[in-house]
Amino acid sequence: MAHAANIAALRHGLDAGEYSARELTQDALGRIDATNPLLNCFITITAEQALADADAADARIAAGNAGPLTGIPIAHKDLFCTADAPTTCGSRMLAEYMPPYDATVVARLRTAGAVSLGKTNMDEFAMGASNETSWFGPARNPWRPQHTPGGSSGGAASAVAAGLVPLATGTDTGGSIRQPAAFCGVTGLKPTYGRVSRYGMVAFASSLDQGGAFGRSVEDVEWLLQAMEGHDPQDSTSAERPATTRAAAAGMTLGLPREYWDGLDAGMAQCLQAATRELEAGGCTVRDISLPHTAAAVPAYYVIASAEASANLARYDGVRFGHRADAPKSLDDLYRRSRGEGFGAEVKRRILTGTYVLSVGYYDAYYLKAQRVRRLIRQDFVDAFGAVDAVVAPVTPSVAFELGTVQDPVAMCRQDVFTTPASLAGVPAMSVPCGFCDGLPTGLQLIAPHFEEGRLLALGAAFQRRTDWHLRQPSA
Amino acid sequence: MDWESVVGLEVHIQLATRSKIFSGAGAAFGAEPNTQACGVDLGLPGTLPVLNREALRMALTFGLAIEAEIASECRFDRKNYFYPDLPKGYQISQFEAPVVQGGTIVISAGEAEQRIGITRAHLEEDAGKSLHEDYAGMTGIDLNRAGTPLLEVVSEPDLRSAAQAAAFFRELRALARYLRISDGNLNEGSMRCDANVSVRRRGATALGERTEVKNLNSFRFIERAIRHEIARQIDVLEGGGQVARETRLYDAERDETRPMRGKELSDDYRYFPDPDLLPVRITEALLAEARAEVPELPRAKRRRYQEALGLSAAEAWQLAEEPGMAAYFEAVADAAPPRRAAHWMMDQVAAALNRSGLDIAACPVPAAQLAQLLQRIEDGVVSGKIAATIFEALWNEGGDVDAIIAERGLRQLSDADALTGIVAQVVAAHPAQAQQFRNGKAKLLGFFVGQVMQATAGKADPKQANALLLKALRNP
Repeated sequence: MAHAANIAALRHGLDAGEYSARELTQDALGRIDATNPLLNCFITITAEQALADADAADARIAAGNAGPLTGIPIAHKDLFCTADAPTTCGSRMLAEYMPPYDATVVARLRTAGAVSLGKTNMDEFAMGASNETSWFGPARNPWRPQHTPGGSSGGAASAVAAGLVPLATGTDTGGSIRQPAAFCGVTGLKPTYGRVSRYGMVAFASSLDQGGAFGRSVEDVEWLLQAMEGHDPQDSTSAERPATTRAAAAGMTLGLPREYWDGLDAGMAQCLQAATRELEAGGCTVRDISLPHTAAAVPAYYVIASAEASANLARYDGVRFGHRADAPKSLDDLYRRSRGEGFGAEVKRRILTGTYVLSVGYYDAYYLKAQRVRRLIRQDFVDAFGAVDAVVAPVTPSVAFELGTVQDPVAMCRQDVFTTPASLAGVPAMSVPCGFCDGLPTGLQLIAPHFEEGRLLALGAAFQRRTDWHLRQPSA
Repeated sequence: MDWESVVGLEVHIQLATRSKIFSGAGAAFGAEPNTQACGVDLGLPGTLPVLNREALRMALTFGLAIEAEIASECRFDRKNYFYPDLPKGYQISQFEAPVVQGGTIVISAGEAEQRIGITRAHLEEDAGKSLHEDYAGMTGIDLNRAGTPLLEVVSEPDLRSAAQAAAFFRELRALARYLRISDGNLNEGSMRCDANVSVRRRGATALGERTEVKNLNSFRFIERAIRHEIARQIDVLEGGGQVARETRLYDAERDETRPMRGKELSDDYRYFPDPDLLPVRITEALLAEARAEVPELPRAKRRRYQEALGLSAAEAWQLAEEPGMAAYFEAVADAAPPRRAAHWMMDQVAAALNRSGLDIAACPVPAAQLAQLLQRIEDGVVSGKIAATIFEALWNEGGDVDAIIAERGLRQLSDADALTGIVAQVVAAHPAQAQQFRNGKAKLLGFFVGQVMQATAGKADPKQANALLLKALRNP
């Protein structure tokens, strides 16, 4: 049962020669072959390359110079550019796009010797909260396949939850790691904005996009984070900070923001309260706090994210790469049809929204105002962290919903109500499994000050020592 | 009716950095199409810009040279529009917070000096080139130029004539070359100019409606196009019409401007801060580095040449225009009489450079040798005429001035005894002319000088020969 082991155990197994990286890889590929037709969590499976990488990892292990992740199977969200596999972003626009380079995150993990098995499914250009905007069809939730795994990093969360890979990369712009982690019952970390390089991550909203990690436990996520993080001279917004080290959980003061807890549905509230008691039992003090501008986060997020997206997605014009319409009659026709055919409805909606809020006459009322709201939300957190070490909150208002049941785009946006504030503030946040409602997993969100991922890891690990929610697995 | 014209210029100066403004690709002119464009320049998904510090330093050097305000922080914005040679669908430029604000450039266009205000100067990236010929109904795109750093300098509407506009452009070019921030090469498009032109009744304070005239890339075109546009606007107004606000293109072949696109198509560029680039802090250290690159500027040089070295205004202009010429001149004038040095620079040196098609930097005669030569004229060792032949020898064969004088026996005969003997012989050999001279035919003195020169192979000091001849002829 190597696939159920944690990273520390896998590391030991590989180093002790209990199994080879090739065997681990073959085992994982076998399970992917069997399960992916149902879960659709991979867009591309790179079996051949994975086996070659596994052999290289085995050679490194044999030579005694293995790193922490050498030979460990992983999967990349399909917006991390990979020189050896298509990078589709879940879009028809890039369905056949082969990047000529590796993203910094991919390169670092490649250097570390991690074995990538393929590229995971996602909402188109990371725009969505259910994986249903993917051109390749939605990934499914292994706990109940007619339900969503969440989004946009739904494929990654689903793959880890189903035990197909022990670790997966993801990205979080407004909740795209935390919400799928909560829906699928895995641990997902969105680091501080600037902690992980964005170079080679196809941009959705540049001031919010942040690469992060999925794993079955906080400890596993920590292994992955340490291999991903660090300053990158190719990303001007990446921070020069010391590496993350785990803090001590005992004695921390935790804040429960009433704006997140008031009005939570009963089952969800029960799960979360029980989780909070576990943290208290672990030596933390809990107190009520207020993050007064929380309600303004979703509208501000949609204005800013869409504005940035409208510019970021302008490069998909059919001229140099990506989908190009057949037999264009004119330059305008080339633009119109390439973009009309290449983008799905949600992406178009956001491009239009973003174009609108940046237009003359609307810029001040929308974009500038949203930026002011963003500063207030950030200040909320700065103020709160004057009094508490971390914030404890729900990740989502509900558990994973059934595919096809949330049709209204505005209702879909409400999925992000508890995740967008930390995104706008740029602070690190993590989702850890904390129970079940209606047979589906729920997540507990931990939020820390900028560059204090170490506190999240400490709290999460302390919580997981006292609970076994993260060890639960969906039945095959 | 008496009209006054009002002109403001926008000049794009291509900065002479080794690499592009936001990528590491080379920025040299004239490479094969698309060989100097990396992933960032192509706008590949996932790539990010990183500011070239040298481009920033050059902009600061320019700002300091024109005594502008340098804010403690500047920012980059995205200017959004679709064009096939604009790979990202937006241009990174500076809108709200440019690196340079205010400042003055002083021009002199055949009249008193005039201070022309600079509104701002901002950094931006250049676009690529669309090549509409040679591709049978298709358009070729060369992205070598994409991402080349530009400094866009915007003047106040302080110019009152086409001649002043040309003088401003000339002064700006001299400045850019002095500061070594641009090669100022007009043929390669290193400086490109657009003009905002309007006319109003003399004495009016409100500005008339303006047109923007594009594509002015030489001194001659600037002057001609603006003169033409001023005349056209006056014609329109005197004919009872109104000037339409529009962009016009100058056609050098027909010497006319014609409308490019109407105002109804005025673009909304939807500027917003580029989230990929953090605001740039202008530190004291950076300013000090920029300040160290500001040499004595053309205007100060010209003033010094006139006041301290006694040159005329025209001589000062000519010698100070090119930094290389000025440096050479100063090196000569340091060790020889400055006015003689100036005359030699503009006569013999300029002519020789012209003949050989060389730049002053490649001048085969070292400044020290020329200075020595001029000093020998001053010392009375050689005459100006002999000096010209020595200069020719230096140019063609190199060598040392004193050595050439010694080896070829070119030293002026200033030994009074020797010359007195020659003079006596010459007078004795031409008794008839001597008599005529004594009878009052004074201009025969020239004949005798010629005879002395012939007898001494040009080496006699003409002044001394004159004096001795007079003495010999008057007192036989």
